[in-house]
Amino acid sequence: MTPLTPADYDAIRLSLQVSIAATLLSLPFGFAVAYLITFVQFRGKVLLEVLINLPLTMPPVVVGYFLLLLLGRHGWLGSLLDEVGIRLIFTLKAAVIASAVVGFPLLVRSVRIGMEGIDPQLINASRTLGARWPDTLMTVILPLSIPGLVAGSSLMFARSLGEFGATIIVAGNIPGVTQTIPLAIYEYAASPTGESMALSLCLVSVAISVIVLFLHETMAKKAARSD
Amino acid sequence: MRLSMKTAKSFGEFTLETDFTVEGQRVGIFGTSGSGKSTLVAILAGLVAPDRGEIVLDGVTLFSSDNRINLRPEQRRIAMVFQQHCLFPHLNVRNNLLYGYKRCPAEFRAVDFDILAAVLKLDGLLDRGVTNLSGGEKQRVALGRAILANPRLLLMDEPLSALDDTLRFQIIPYLKSVSEQFGIPYLFISHSLVEMRLMTDTVLAFEGGALVGQTTSEELARKRMGQSAVGYINLLELDGMTERHGMCVYCWKGGELLLSVGNRDTVSGLFELSSKDIILFKKHPEAISARNLLHCTVIGLFESASKLGVELKCSEGTLVAEIVPEAARELGIEQGSVVYAAVKASAFRRLATNGVTRAEPPCQ
Repeated sequence: MTPLTPADYDAIRLSLQVSIAATLLSLPFGFAVAYLITFVQFRGKVLLEVLINLPLTMPPVVVGYFLLLLLGRHGWLGSLLDEVGIRLIFTLKAAVIASAVVGFPLLVRSVRIGMEGIDPQLINASRTLGARWPDTLMTVILPLSIPGLVAGSSLMFARSLGEFGATIIVAGNIPGVTQTIPLAIYEYAASPTGESMALSLCLVSVAISVIVLFLHETMAKKAARSD
Repeated sequence: MRLSMKTAKSFGEFTLETDFTVEGQRVGIFGTSGSGKSTLVAILAGLVAPDRGEIVLDGVTLFSSDNRINLRPEQRRIAMVFQQHCLFPHLNVRNNLLYGYKRCPAEFRAVDFDILAAVLKLDGLLDRGVTNLSGGEKQRVALGRAILANPRLLLMDEPLSALDDTLRFQIIPYLKSVSEQFGIPYLFISHSLVEMRLMTDTVLAFEGGALVGQTTSEELARKRMGQSAVGYINLLELDGMTERHGMCVYCWKGGELLLSVGNRDTVSGLFELSSKDIILFKKHPEAISARNLLHCTVIGLFESASKLGVELKCSEGTLVAEIVPEAARELGIEQGSVVYAAVKASAFRRLATNGVTRAEPPCQ
């Protein structure tokens, strides 16, 4: 095993940055979507569920390609952003977006399972005790969804750490800018002399994943005990 | 409290239709499972909207399909005590109690937190989490939480059905006293006639989604005697009992009542005696195994299904015995008749205990 180079440390830092940013950015949206699916009756609910879960079943490269079409300079959203001077493609922001899109279904799924476990009578109790719906949302649904949010966040974080296919399409593989751990490993693996370097980063990746999953299990057990 | 409700609500094949006006502080909704009680409660609380109709509570229109009025649950000021407590698991006892209080407009806050906590004996539990409380403690917290919301009406949706018998009858005094003490009328929902008689004055009886009667809880119990497997349940509040030969002895004027209720430490409490466990004699029997032979006067007769209820005045109390009409004819039982009622000591069942044995002299 070879000691890590400054570029490897950059990759680790970028991976953590991307994963943390993608998870934090997705949390409010994940909560909102899970809430919609769990508590609100509306037309097109099944379609929304399909769209949310689509990145789970599609190859990440396909997701990345669609994002490229959407966010590229000639894309529908990319051209609008380009007019106001915002460029996303081949930046760290694109890596965050790619990770967020790919990990989002895992987050929603966990939060939704948590919300579905909330006794509807608790919500009724809150309403009959004088709480308006937003009040009930903040004082009953949100606190009781915390185990789901924690579980979903850790899963999404872990998924973001490993994100490769979509990221390489929309963010490229620029060392120190968009190169995350999986992309660095890919580069080392493609090089005839990079085997031990790849192994070092693989071990780092495994260590981070173990820590995240360990925290996930600990928090899940804690949440189960407090029920 | 004056509640007027004329509504209809359908769920698939099932339709709940209500058309009643009821007044009083202690009103019961009685019905078996599937009679529509829970739907009625949900409609009243604003959790379910009826298909059509009108609900007016103390002059305030809660729902009117004609006038397109449907007050939201939080606007109705109708608090609920649920069957399964429904305490917020992420809040401690204090914050559960204060949940409705904090959301109640200041002008309606009439119930004092400290007084209520003391009445419900919750003052020592305030900083505890709710998940580790006993069933009785949880139900007291749920009751306190609802009362502190200062509702104009309290809905108690089978609040005792999740509790065992001992707890049920320990909670009833709290339910009654708290509502009376703070002047909050309640609607008590149950399928238990005993609970109805202990908790309510007026009862609305529902069957298959329709109102089938509006009467007193006592009258309802008598009407249903003939159909019930346990008959009419005589409820006896007995105080100051002593112990003799392993049995509890209660002194009635002119005699004594012997109860074999398992626990000799019982000195006072609430007991039940089924009308089916009373045997009537026209003359004093020579020798019988029953430990209680009460000299009674028939003060009333009522029919229920194919049975005859005989209301007896025995010493200081009244009892209802159940016989078949043929027996009444043979014995010549009519109003004013004098009869002997035999009751086995083991026929009594203790519902709640209020104290322990004191060393007192036997009946004089």
